[in-house]
Amino acid sequence: MSTPMLSYTNLNTPVHRLTGVTKLVFFMVWALTAMIIYDTRCLLVMLVLGLVIFGMARVPFQQYSFVLYLILVFFLLNQVAIFLFSPLYGVELYGSQHDIVHIAGRYTLTWEQLFYQFNVALKYAVVIPIALLFLLVTDPSEFASSLNRIGVSYKIAYSVAIALRYIPDVQQDFQNIAFSAQARGIDISRKEKIGKRLKNVISILMPLILTSVERIEKISTAMELRGFGRKNKRTWYKSRPFQTGDYVALTLVILVAVVSFAVTFADGSRFYNIFE
Amino acid sequence: MRKPVIQFQDFSFQYRAQSEPTLHHINLTIYAGEKVLIVGPSGSGKSTLSHCMNGLIPFFYQGEMSGSLQIGGQESRELSIAELSDRVGTVLQDPDGQFVGLTVAEDIAFKLENDRVPQAEMIRRVTGAAETVKFATFLEASPQSLSGGQKQKTTLAGVLVSEADVLLFDEPLASLDPYTGRMTVDLIDRIHRETGRTVVIIEHRLEDMLHRHVDRIIVVNDGQIAADMTPAELLCSGMLRETGIREPLYLNALRYAGCIITPDMQPQHIDTIRLDDCIPVLNDWYHGQQGDTAVSAAEPILELQHVSFGYSKSNPVLHDVSLTVRRGEMVCIAGRNGAGKSTISKLICGFYRPTSGQILLGGRDLAGDTIKERADQIGFVMQNPNHMLSKPLIYDEVALGLRTRGVPEEEIQQRVHDVLQVCGLYPFRSWPVSALSYGQKKRVTIASILVLRPEILILDEPTAGQDYRHYNEMMEFLMELNAQGITIIMITHDMYLMMEYGQRTIVLSEGKKIADDVPARVLSDEAIVAAAHLKTTSLHELAVRSGVGEPSELVSRFIAYDRGMRQS
Amino acid sequence: MAKTNGLSVKTIVAIGIGSALFIILGRFGSIPTGIPNTNIETTYALLALFALLYGPVAGLLIGLIGHTLKDAIFYGQPWFSWVIASAVVGLLIGLMTRRIAIHDGEFGKGGILRFNIAQILANIIAWIVVAPVLDILIYSEPANKVFTQGIVAAISNIITVAILGTLLAIAYSKTRTKRGSLSREA
Repeated sequence: MSTPMLSYTNLNTPVHRLTGVTKLVFFMVWALTAMIIYDTRCLLVMLVLGLVIFGMARVPFQQYSFVLYLILVFFLLNQVAIFLFSPLYGVELYGSQHDIVHIAGRYTLTWEQLFYQFNVALKYAVVIPIALLFLLVTDPSEFASSLNRIGVSYKIAYSVAIALRYIPDVQQDFQNIAFSAQARGIDISRKEKIGKRLKNVISILMPLILTSVERIEKISTAMELRGFGRKNKRTWYKSRPFQTGDYVALTLVILVAVVSFAVTFADGSRFYNIFE
Repeated sequence: MRKPVIQFQDFSFQYRAQSEPTLHHINLTIYAGEKVLIVGPSGSGKSTLSHCMNGLIPFFYQGEMSGSLQIGGQESRELSIAELSDRVGTVLQDPDGQFVGLTVAEDIAFKLENDRVPQAEMIRRVTGAAETVKFATFLEASPQSLSGGQKQKTTLAGVLVSEADVLLFDEPLASLDPYTGRMTVDLIDRIHRETGRTVVIIEHRLEDMLHRHVDRIIVVNDGQIAADMTPAELLCSGMLRETGIREPLYLNALRYAGCIITPDMQPQHIDTIRLDDCIPVLNDWYHGQQGDTAVSAAEPILELQHVSFGYSKSNPVLHDVSLTVRRGEMVCIAGRNGAGKSTISKLICGFYRPTSGQILLGGRDLAGDTIKERADQIGFVMQNPNHMLSKPLIYDEVALGLRTRGVPEEEIQQRVHDVLQVCGLYPFRSWPVSALSYGQKKRVTIASILVLRPEILILDEPTAGQDYRHYNEMMEFLMELNAQGITIIMITHDMYLMMEYGQRTIVLSEGKKIADDVPARVLSDEAIVAAAHLKTTSLHELAVRSGVGEPSELVSRFIAYDRGMRQS
Repeated sequence: MAKTNGLSVKTIVAIGIGSALFIILGRFGSIPTGIPNTNIETTYALLALFALLYGPVAGLLIGLIGHTLKDAIFYGQPWFSWVIASAVVGLLIGLMTRRIAIHDGEFGKGGILRFNIAQILANIIAWIVVAPVLDILIYSEPANKVFTQGIVAAISNIITVAILGTLLAIAYSKTRTKRGSLSREA
């Protein structure tokens, strides 16, 4: 089961050299801004900026190409769903109606709807490069210490580290269990009827969960034996001090956020209306 | 005056869930700088003893304690588990469970991070500890890219990085191949000599541990200290047979020959033992025996013809492998981790398809058969029984494969009862699986495969994690199945298993077959042994040192005699 | 035990391993139902079980961390409204099942009933209230679309947890039976 997943590789670019904290804060502020604002102009500027930064990191295309395909499918499905459910939602939002073509029944394609759905698409598109980049350039080792630095309790930060550490092991367990189940004739693919399929799933989930519960016991014993949790704070082997690049990146993202909010809310509405 | 670092005085312990104490009135003192080995069969209480030393008892496993246990001069119950970890550093047996860092360096630093050691000092100490175990070039490696032995080195460095006076090893050899095991024994010995720390090792693989000097051996049995003596005394005492611990092979051979072994012969190591008086006796015995090197000539049941395979095109795992298993054989497949031995079983079962070559069952190409169809003839038992057990009750677990095949319930009952009888599990048929021991669980998984009536049984490390007695029970059970006509293929690096039960050993190295012969010859060929991460047996050295016979011939005659002894 | 004092080491580890399981089952544990675009998400049976076993904080954080990482690693970006809904499911089931002593092997009719009431309420709140409202607030998606999606998700997750979650919990509780109660049969 060599399912492709996004993972970190160390290339020495200005983007890679940023500390984990900067990458985390940048990603969070950026995603939050893109979620809240609906101003087309700001979103367009952010998209361009995001693509420029993505280009700076020089990540090879094949490391993320498979995800683009998934994103595209999801994107299209969501766009179609929005239109099917609410073909005139744009008209409602912008308070005007400019028809392009009547399709059938309640389905009329309008410029307002087109513009609204363009905005929805834009909102996703703005986050994608930065989100991808965050995963592709952040050393997982730095992730927990970064969460801790921005105020998350170190214990919770460490559970994130444990999750990242044990994903491959859990996947290996899952694969072994699924194999041995198949060898006994337990099938969870479409070939079985749904009722049987559910029953068979239990035969895979149960060993996986019992193995995991046992794993939890073992890991917590090992951590207790090495003094985890004895103090209110802990130090991190992999944390790094801030450098000029970090200050530049953080200033940039805060600037983007402030300007976007100012522009968006200046006229009292989240939506930039080109139809007025 | 020697300074005690660990002192049990009239110490007893009972787990909260159990009706009887696990440890009874223990009196035991371990002194600063000593190297002590604690042996004992499963369930003897030796793990409980180690849990008391590192504080898992009573902080993690609750129960009732009485008597006194002092660690570094202080009552253990007055210390927290974290404070105890400053005095006793533990290396556990599961290499994955204790490797919590995302890289080697972070894992070594884990204790220091928790103690809030500043980063600069941490980096210095981590590098130092990694150099001590000769692992400094791997600091950035991820756990997934490491072997079991390398993970263990990391854990050891993670203990050395602290200032703990006592290093406690809980079954350090359990998950290692023979070669890596020997390296570990060497490493522990070197660290003991270089750092002067106290070393306590819990392990039932006595011969492997005695590869290097230990000061004292403590035998634990039924929750009590059964013996506390030097290795030489212990080996001559008969205590090993009483408590079910395997004695070293060379002593086993000498005893078969009729030699009398005494402590002043220095019997604790094959290099030190004085053989003068034994040589004539051994020589007589040798000439009275015959080796058994016959291999089966029955019809082939399973054939691999020029099989190649790789998960990706760039790195092939198997390279033009051909092998034949004959009906009724009991064959071992050996090789170091990554040599391709588990991949072979996955190809045979149909989880993966070979990139080229054929797999034949009874002369018929299996290429068109699904996993399920193959499973009717070839049963596959995984190493970890917990990966296979999915039903709370034993009966349901064994019946599962039949139910998914739509066999009528009456027939199911008959077949399940029959197979439970064969596996010695019939009295437990309505028990929950969770109430069984590890070895019994393993039997349940074998039963759940046997019930499908396969012609071939493939077992991945059937004896891993089991002590001598359970090893014997498991193997005798497999022998019975074999006698009933089931062909058995075992993937293993257990050398005792190959010697005592394997009719033939196939060795893989880097995806190629490098040997296919009777175990005596395979285990005496130094090039093959090195490539497969095995080691030559102490019988080999015995032959060399005593000058009695060719090494492979002595091994062969020993095996034949030993099998004869066991059958009678 | 893990339940009483917030964040014991065991709870921390359970959150980490639970999240890893959430990710793997979220990616590989989807069972097609036969109805287009509707899958049985086995990962929610796991989330419910872990919330029951390790408590509300673990439930909340497994939902949050597991769902964020799953979306991120396999799909490139987290879908925050649904991430938060997963966290709410874990939290609520954990809160409402606190008194079930499953670690002592107790999960009888009362326990099953309480567990299922908890999961039904939690799924309704998370998928029919939290997720759609956040979708509207964050992404300004049309209400009828997101509520329809929410209702479908709620129904499918309720059924998944009711069947798989309950069976897993029963099976788990049976593994806690003590040896003292057993004797051999002839």
